[in-house]
Amino acid sequence: MIVEAPASPLARYALRRADDALILGHRLSEWSAMAPTLEEEMALSNMALDLIGQSRALYTYAGEVEGKGQSEDDFAYMRREREYQNILLVERPNGDFAQTMLRQFFFAAFAYPYWLAMMRSTDATLAAIAAKSEKEIAYHLRHSSEWVLRLGDGTAESHRRLAEALEELWPYTGELFAVLPDETALIAAGVAVDPDTLRGEWEATVRAVLERATLAMPSGGWMQQGGREGRHSEHLGHLLAELQYVPRMIPGATW
Amino acid sequence: MYTQALNQRGEGDERLLEDAAALERFQARIDAEERIEPNDWMPAQYRRTLTRQISQHAHSEIIGMQPEGNWITRAPSLRRKAALLAKIQDECGHGLYLYAAAETLGTSREELLDQLHSGRAKYSSIFNYPTLTWADMGTIGWLVDGAAIMNQIPLCRCSYGPYARAMIRVCKEESFHQRQGYEIMLALSRGNDEQKAMAQDALNRWWWPCLMMFGPPDTASQHSDASMRWKIKRFSNDELRQKFIDATVPQAHFLGLTIPDPELRCVDGHWQHGPLDWDEFARVIAGHGQCNRDRMAVRRRAHAEGEWVREAAAAFAAKHSAQLAAE
Ligand SMILES: [Fe+2]
Ligand SMILES: [Fe+2]
Repeated sequence: MIVEAPASPLARYALRRADDALILGHRLSEWSAMAPTLEEEMALSNMALDLIGQSRALYTYAGEVEGKGQSEDDFAYMRREREYQNILLVERPNGDFAQTMLRQFFFAAFAYPYWLAMMRSTDATLAAIAAKSEKEIAYHLRHSSEWVLRLGDGTAESHRRLAEALEELWPYTGELFAVLPDETALIAAGVAVDPDTLRGEWEATVRAVLERATLAMPSGGWMQQGGREGRHSEHLGHLLAELQYVPRMIPGATW
Repeated sequence: MYTQALNQRGEGDERLLEDAAALERFQARIDAEERIEPNDWMPAQYRRTLTRQISQHAHSEIIGMQPEGNWITRAPSLRRKAALLAKIQDECGHGLYLYAAAETLGTSREELLDQLHSGRAKYSSIFNYPTLTWADMGTIGWLVDGAAIMNQIPLCRCSYGPYARAMIRVCKEESFHQRQGYEIMLALSRGNDEQKAMAQDALNRWWWPCLMMFGPPDTASQHSDASMRWKIKRFSNDELRQKFIDATVPQAHFLGLTIPDPELRCVDGHWQHGPLDWDEFARVIAGHGQCNRDRMAVRRRAHAEGEWVREAAAAFAAKHSAQLAAE
C-alpha cells in the first residue's frame, strides 16, 4: 500500500516539514556508537530524538488534515523517494563530525527563527508544535554553534575539515528559503511563515558564528534545489531503503 | 548494563602490608551495613576489585549500545525508533555514571577506556552475539535488560556508596527497558505468523546466552568469597540465575513462546533448566564470539576518528582560557 501525496495544501505543508525533521533526525541517529565522546553521543541522540518527535507530530497532523486515516508511519514508511519533499541539505551524508555539525548549524539557524515565528501561526496545531520545537531547536542551535566555533578556531586540522564542510554544504542552504506555489496562500493566511522574512536573521547568525570561527561567510554562488519537489540526491533512496525495510518486508503488520 | 563474574588475584600479598586493625575496622563497617565513601580508608584489593567491576560494567554499557544500535535506522515504526534511540542513549548515560563512579576510586575515564581499547578490560559476553532481526530488540530488552536487573538490584545495596547510588538510578531505567522489550515481544507474538516466528527465533538464539550472563555455576566459580564478605556481591551466580528463570518462564508462556530447553521443568515452584554450554561461554569470553572483533573495531574506530575533534575542543578551550586570563 503506497501512500499518495495529500490533496490538502496544509497537509502537504506539514508533510514537508515533517520530512525535513525525520531525515535529519535519521541522519543524526546514524552516529550511534560512533560519536567522538560519550557526552557527544548523548547530545547527538538528544537532537535526533527531538527531530524524530517533531516529525511524528507533523506527520500525525498531516494525516488528520487530510482525513483519510493516514498515520505517521504510513507517511514515513510507505512513500517513495519522489514523494519525500525534504530539502536536500538534510539528506546529505553525515561525512565527518565537522560536516554533521555544520549541517546541523545551518538547519538550526533557520529552524529556530522559523519555529519562533510559527508560534504565531493562525493554525493552532502548528502553533503548538512550534512552541515545543522552538525550545528544542534553540538547544540544537546553541550546541552546533559551539562546535562550529571549537572546530573553526581549534586546531589546523579541525579548521581545514570545517572549511571543507563549508564548501560542501553551502550550496544546499538556499533551499531553506524555498516556497512552493501551493504554499503562498498558506503564507497569506498566516498559517505559514514566509521564509524570506527569516533570511536576514539566518544570515546574521551564520555570519557571526563563522566569523568567530575564523571562517569567511561564502557569498552567493549556485544554490542546489529540488528536494522540496521530490528531486533528490542519490543518497535519499539508500536512507529510505534502510528506514522502510521492515514494514515493506512484512506489509500490513502492527509493530 | 551488566556486570560479569570477575576473576580475582591473590589477596594475601597486600593484606600482610595493611594494618590488621584497619582491616578489622573496615570489615566492621561493612558488617554494620555502612556505606564506604571515596575518601574513606579501604583495602587495596577492595579498591581494585571495585574498579575492575565498575569499569567492566561501564564498558558493557558502552559496547552494549552496538547490538541495539544495529536496528535504530531500521526500526519498524517511528514510535519504536524513538524508543530504541532513547534506550540506547540511557545505556550511554549508564556508562557515564559508572565511569564517574569508577573515577572516585582513583582511575580516570581515559585510562579505563584505554584498558577497553587495548583489550585488557572485558565487557559482558552477551554483546558478542549478533542482532539479526527486529525481534532481537524485543528479546534484548526483555531478557538482557531483565538479567541485568536481577544482577543490579542487589548492587543498589553494594557497600561502596557511589556504585550503590549509580545502581539505584540505573535500575529504574533498566526496568523501563525491560518492559519496553517485553512490549515489543507482545506486539510480535500477537502479530502475524511471520512476526511470531521472528519472536520465537530470537528467543531461541538469546535464551542460553542470557542464562550464561550470570557467570559460571557456583561449583566452578572461585571468586565470590571476598566480594561476598565485602558486600559487593550478595547472591551467588546460581541464585541469581534461578531468580531470573523463575521470573522469565511465565512471561514466555504468556507470550505463547516456547523456551528452547526440552529439559525445563517446574519442581517445587522453581524452574529447573537443562545443561548450559560453558564451552561456548569460555570461547566467547576468549574472543571467539561472532561479534567480538566487530564490537572492538567499532569502538576503536569511534575513538580514533574522534581524536581530532577532542583535540580541537581542547585547543579551543586552552586558547580561550588563556585569552580570558590575559583580559
Ligand atoms: Fe544499562
Ligand atoms: Fe538497559
